[in-house]
Amino acid sequence: MSAKQTASAAGEALSPRHLLELLYFMRLQRAAEDRGIKLYYQGRIPGAYFTGWGHEATVVGAAYALGPEDLVAPMHRDLAAYLMRGIPLRRVFAQFLDREGGLTRGRDGNIHMGDPRLGILPFISHMAASVPVAAGMALACRQRDEARVVLTYFGDGATSTGAWHEGVNFAAVFHLPLVLVLENNQYAYSTPLERQTAARAFVDKAPGYGIPGVAVDGNDVLAVYAAAREAVDRARRGDGPTLIECRTFRVRGHSEADKFSYVPKALLDEWTARDPIALFERRLREEGHLSSDADRAMQDRIVREVEESLAWAEASPEPSPDSVADGVYAQDGEA
Amino acid sequence: MAQMTYLEAIRDALAIEMRRDPRVFVLGEDVGVYGGAFGITRGFFEEFGPWRVIDGPLSETANVGAGIGAAIMGMRPVVELQFADFVTDAFTQIVNMAAKFHWRSGHPVPLVLRMPYGGDVKGGPFHSQCMEGWFVHTPGLKVVVPATAEDAKGLLLAAIRDPNPVMYFEHKHLYRYRREEVPEGDYVTPIGRARLAREGTALSVISYGWMLHKCLAAVEAVAGEGIIPEVLDLRSLAPLDRDAIIASVRKTGKALIVHEAVRTGGVGAEVAALIAEEAFESLDGPIVRLASEDTPVPHSPVLEAAFQPSVDEIADAIRRLAAY
Repeated sequence: MSAKQTASAAGEALSPRHLLELLYFMRLQRAAEDRGIKLYYQGRIPGAYFTGWGHEATVVGAAYALGPEDLVAPMHRDLAAYLMRGIPLRRVFAQFLDREGGLTRGRDGNIHMGDPRLGILPFISHMAASVPVAAGMALACRQRDEARVVLTYFGDGATSTGAWHEGVNFAAVFHLPLVLVLENNQYAYSTPLERQTAARAFVDKAPGYGIPGVAVDGNDVLAVYAAAREAVDRARRGDGPTLIECRTFRVRGHSEADKFSYVPKALLDEWTARDPIALFERRLREEGHLSSDADRAMQDRIVREVEESLAWAEASPEPSPDSVADGVYAQDGEA
Repeated sequence: MAQMTYLEAIRDALAIEMRRDPRVFVLGEDVGVYGGAFGITRGFFEEFGPWRVIDGPLSETANVGAGIGAAIMGMRPVVELQFADFVTDAFTQIVNMAAKFHWRSGHPVPLVLRMPYGGDVKGGPFHSQCMEGWFVHTPGLKVVVPATAEDAKGLLLAAIRDPNPVMYFEHKHLYRYRREEVPEGDYVTPIGRARLAREGTALSVISYGWMLHKCLAAVEAVAGEGIIPEVLDLRSLAPLDRDAIIASVRKTGKALIVHEAVRTGGVGAEVAALIAEEAFESLDGPIVRLASEDTPVPHSPVLEAAFQPSVDEIADAIRRLAAY
């Protein structure tokens, strides 16, 4: 089961099956990252480790609005988006462990990964660098008259970069099929919102580019999905980009090395109480969509998937030292 | 054979490839309706239409980034930077996104950046620079620097067909420098191969771009003195034709490296190190470098003449090294 097969069939109203699928991907991201955190503290993950803890509704709700041929440029808090678009979890764990089976075969670490063959742009560390590239992917769709949409995620800090402005402006000028999902988690590492912008809200920037903007509760997966669905449809119609500001919160550090003592306790408590997965579970139970049997079956399935994926990753070999120079250049015939 | 300027040869290559391959398109500032600041794409907008000859906004980051995105999607973008100097605004896209893309993902980025570069055009510090060295120092990029009209065409055709990001440096002073014989129709100059511009025995003069022509003039100047240097036109800086450099120096025993880019940390340093490592036993004199001064490019013609190696300086260096 993947959103790639089901989202296009989702229609305007989501069926109970789709609602459970949203929950499944949110829980899968959380469970996989929870396992990753344990691996990190066991010293088994080389380098840094990042999670999207608290972002799950934004990540899953937006990606779920995409159709099977659409494209996505995720960032470092969007694990579920990679999984929903077809990357197997086992390869993600192998990526975390710097193994041959990882998406970059040990060449890059943690969530700096992607698979252009699946329409997933590999993320780089330079914030918003994906935005002009995503615009170019959308340009190619437009040039070839393909009814495909590109969706890109970025954080509040990324909006301060020139790359963000230049990429958004480019997409707006050519009315390209690009959906811009801002994960406003209120901190860029330790830097709060008021050091990123003097605007009243990020969404206020949209009119400056001549594009529509909408702000949604980023912890409400259905609100994010609805906004993303509208933006995807608009893009597919040829009416250009939309900026969606998803207001959420990063309830862990920037990376696991960051103890985030700069976050006021009251603010952290407020958002911890609004955990997007717990909110959605409560709603599904109240509406009768999540029976205790279905709940247990989903939880068991996720535990099994995480453990099987990790086992596969741990069995994957370290990259061969002889391979270090492989692939610096593409060979003739590759493109 | 046709008679063409270097500029016309670039235009010819672009037109040939755009007619042959519908994936090829041009993106840049003023390249469409206006036909480009130097007129390279004049008439293209009319022939190929607005989605293949795209007037982009004034943003190197957006135009290069969009080129990368389109290349990933299987298009063959040729992004024109109006002056190579503006490439600094697209540095992250080139060095971190494009150059590392295949190594990280196994997926090719068939992108060409066309960059009018170099001095002797009264352009000053922001319209004259030679920054090829920055990109030679970045694994994953190819870097080419044609000196002749024939190679300008052949290397551009090779660059567009290459599955990697290619930094195509076209020298502004050579655009209308002279008319040359250029083969008609389709051919490629292979990337990574130097060209023996003049056979000789006294020493190896190793150069590229506009300086190659100054070197050839200097060789003419010393011809009456019985000094017959060999002249190697590198044409590609990444990959560098190491074999051609070593072979020439093994034959002549001496090397003079001449480039327009500033001296320190330049391509000449790499070539000198290569010769020292691989042809030390053949050397019969010091490896000599002539390059521009380690300063920004000056605007005043008087200062620029002092900045750049001159034909006289090159001829003197040839005489001294030949006599060593």
